Amino acid sequence: MRIAKKYQDRYQEMPIERVDPELVEFDVRTDEMLINMGPQHPSTHGVLRLVLRTDGEVVSDVVPHIGYLHRCAEKIGEKVSPRQWLPYTDRMDYLAGMNMNLGWAMTVEKLMDLDVPDRARHLRVMMCELNRIASHLVAAGTYGLDLGSFTPFLYTFREREKILNLFEDVCGARLTYSYITMGGVTADLPPGWLDKCERFLCEFEEVIPELHAVLTSNEIFIRRTAGIGVLSPEMAIDYGCSGPVLRGSGVKWDLRRDGEPRVTRMYEDYEFEIIAEHEGSYPQDRDDYPVVPPQAVLGDCWHRFYIRMVECVQSIRLIRQAMEKYRECDGPLGEPIKVTQKLPKGEAYLETEAPKGQMGFMVVSNGTAIPWRVRARSSCFCNLSVTHELCRGFLLADIPAIIGSLDIVLGEIDR
Amino acid sequence: MADYLVQFGSPEWLAYGSVAIVQCLILLTVMMGAAATFTWMERKVSGRIQDRLGPTRVGGRFGWLQSPADGIKLLCKEDLMPAEADAVLFRLAPYMSFCASFCVFLALPFSNGWVAQQLNVAVFFILAVAGLEVFGVVMAGYASASKWSLYGAMREAAQVVSYEVPLGICVLIPVMVAGSLDLVTIGNMQQGWGWNWMIFHSPFMFITFFIFVTCAVASTNRAPFDLAEAESELVAGFLTEYSGFRWSVFFMAEYGSMVAVSGLGAILFLGGWYGPIPVADLIGLPHSNHPILGWLGELLGACNFLFKAILGVTFMMWLRWTLPRLRIDQVMTVCLKYCVPLAATMFVGVMLWTYAFPAGLLPRKTPIGPNPEAAARMTVETTGGDRT
Repeated sequence: MRIAKKYQDRYQEMPIERVDPELVEFDVRTDEMLINMGPQHPSTHGVLRLVLRTDGEVVSDVVPHIGYLHRCAEKIGEKVSPRQWLPYTDRMDYLAGMNMNLGWAMTVEKLMDLDVPDRARHLRVMMCELNRIASHLVAAGTYGLDLGSFTPFLYTFREREKILNLFEDVCGARLTYSYITMGGVTADLPPGWLDKCERFLCEFEEVIPELHAVLTSNEIFIRRTAGIGVLSPEMAIDYGCSGPVLRGSGVKWDLRRDGEPRVTRMYEDYEFEIIAEHEGSYPQDRDDYPVVPPQAVLGDCWHRFYIRMVECVQSIRLIRQAMEKYRECDGPLGEPIKVTQKLPKGEAYLETEAPKGQMGFMVVSNGTAIPWRVRARSSCFCNLSVTHELCRGFLLADIPAIIGSLDIVLGEIDR
Repeated sequence: MADYLVQFGSPEWLAYGSVAIVQCLILLTVMMGAAATFTWMERKVSGRIQDRLGPTRVGGRFGWLQSPADGIKLLCKEDLMPAEADAVLFRLAPYMSFCASFCVFLALPFSNGWVAQQLNVAVFFILAVAGLEVFGVVMAGYASASKWSLYGAMREAAQVVSYEVPLGICVLIPVMVAGSLDLVTIGNMQQGWGWNWMIFHSPFMFITFFIFVTCAVASTNRAPFDLAEAESELVAGFLTEYSGFRWSVFFMAEYGSMVAVSGLGAILFLGGWYGPIPVADLIGLPHSNHPILGWLGELLGACNFLFKAILGVTFMMWLRWTLPRLRIDQVMTVCLKYCVPLAATMFVGVMLWTYAFPAGLLPRKTPIGPNPEAAARMTVETTGGDRT
C-alpha cells in the first residue's frame, strides 16, 4: 500500500471513509468501485471531475475536483482598473453575465459611495431579470438533457435565442455583455426595443406551460427527481448554499428583499414574490402553476427545479414593471466612471442575488485606480460543496440529476 | 423455388443453397435499407419534434442522401480499439448483435407466404433469437475495458432478459387465441375489414397490445428505456469505445430490431398485411387464382405490412424524443411489478373470454381459433406446397 510520506504518521488516525483516493491507492478492491466521471462528460455542467466510490450502482461517496477552468481572474484584478476588470466578471457565470456585472459594479459603487439615477436602475432591473430567465432556461433545458429528455433543451434554447437577440440589440454582445458598469449602464435602449421585449414576454408566457408539461409535471421526470438529493434547510445554511438551492429547501431568503440596503433599494418599488415553500407562499391555488406531486419532498431536486421555473414567471412580472417605470422615467441615464478613476481607500464587499445564488464581490483599494485585491465569492462553489452529502446512498443515475439540480457553472466555481 | 431448380436437374444442395443465399440477400437489403431510411427519418422526426428542420442540405431539400453520406463517413473512420480491450470479443460483439437482429427477419412474413422460411414455430423462433442480442451487448461492454461500458452492459443484460418474460406472455396471448405459432396462419386469420384484427378480439387483448408495446420498446433499448446507451450518464454506455463501421453495425442491429418488433406487433395484433379496409378484395384481386393478380394482391399486403411497421417505428421515435429516461431500478420495477402481473392477468382474461365466446363477439370473415384443416388448406392454397 503506497501512502504519501507526509501522511504516513497521520494515516492511523484518518478514518477509512474519508481517505482521499488520490493519497491512498489500494490494491484491487472487490467491494467498492472507484469511478471517474472525468472532466469531459456530457452531464457535468462544465469541466468538473467527480470521483465516485460505488458499490455497484449505489454511490457511497462523491469527491468533486475543480480547477479545470481556473483563469486567475482575481490575480488579474490586481493589475487592471475596475472598469477594465468588468469583462472578467462576465466570464465567470457566463450564462448570467448581466448579474455578474451588476455585482461587481455595485461593489465598486459601494466603495465609492455612488448612486445610479433611476433610469439606469430600471434598465439594470430589466437586464438582470432577463438574464435570470435566460440562465434558468439553460438550467431547465440541460436538466432535461441530463435525464434523457432531449426536446425541452431545444424549446428553452429557442426562447433563449430571443433573449440573446434582445441583448445584442442593447449592447452588441450575446453572452459577455459588460453592459452594467459602475455609474449606470453603458448605453440607452435602441428605439423599438421595448416592443420587442414585450413581444418576447408574451411568447415566453405561452411556452412555460409547454415546459411544465414535458418536464415539471411529467411522470417520469417526477420519478427521477422527486425525493432525490434531499437537502435540509439546516444543512443548506451550514454549507452556505443560496439561491434556488436554498429556497428549494424551504428557506425564504432572497437578497433582493433581504439583502443589504444598497441591493434592496434597487428593487424597493417593485412587486414580486419570493418563491419558497414558507407559510404557504407556494402559489398552490393558481391554475397556471403545476401542482406539487405527492412524492416530492421539500429540498429535493424537483423542488429546486420547480422554483427555477416559477421564478421565471416572477421575473416576467419584474421586467414588465421595469419597462413601465422606464417609460415613465425621464431623468438622466448616468455616466459610467472613467477607466482611470481613482478609488477611495478602503474595502467593500457586496452580495447580490444572481440566478444561481448569492454572488459576492469584494474590492480592497489603497487609493489608486488599480485595486489592491479583488475577490469573487462564487455561489456555485458553495452549492457544489454540498454534493457529497446529497449523493450518498443514491444510484449512479441520480448523480447527474443531483448535480443538474444544483445548477453549477464551472466558470464561476473556478473563476 | 428450390423445387423448381431441382426439376432442372441441379443438385439439391445447390438449389437450396442458392435460394437461401438469395433470400438472405433480399433480407439484408431490406434490413440495411430500413436502417438507412430510419436513420434519416429519425433525424427528421426528432428535428420536427424539437422545432427545427433536421438534415436539409445533403441530397436536396429533405436531406435524403444524409444516410448514405453518413455511412460513407463511418466507413472511412479510423478503426480504434482501446489498448486493454479484449481483442476477439471487442471485434465479435457488433456482429453478434447484428446476426441476432437479422435472424428475426428469417421467420417474419411480409405477406401471405412471403417469408424466407415459413416455420410453424415462427413466434417461438423469433423470441428465442431476439434474446440473443443481449450477448453482443454484454460482450461489447465487457470487452471495452471501461467501467462505464461495463455499467451499460450490465444494465442492458438485466433489462432485456427481464423484459423477455412479459414480452413472451404478451406474445403468447394472440398465439393462444389463434391456436398456432405460425405467423402466416395468425396473419391469415385477420382477413377482411378492420374489426377482424386480433386487437379487437376482446378488451383484454386491447390492453395486451399496449403492454406489448411497452415491453417491445424496452427490449429494443429505446427511450424511455435506453439507459444502456444513456448519453448523459454513460457517454454512450456499452457503445462508448466503438467508432466507425462497428458502431454502424450496432445501430443497424438496433433499427433492425425496431422494425422486427413493430412487424411482429403488426402481425400479432394489428392484422398483419390485411388492412383496415380490404382493398385487395374490393378491387377484385383474389389471393389464389391468377398468378400475376394474386401476386399483386400480396404485394399490396406487403406494402400494408411495411406501412404498419413504419408506423410502429415512428411511434418509438416519437416516444424517444419526448420522454425522459427511466432509472434502472424503475425499469425493473415497471417490468416485475407492473408488466408481468398485468400480462398474466390479461392472459387469464383472454382465456376466459375465449371460453365464454368461442366465436368472438364480432362478425369475422375467417374463423379464429385452432383449426387444423383450415390452416392446412390455407397453406396449400397460398404457398403451393408443403413447406416446413
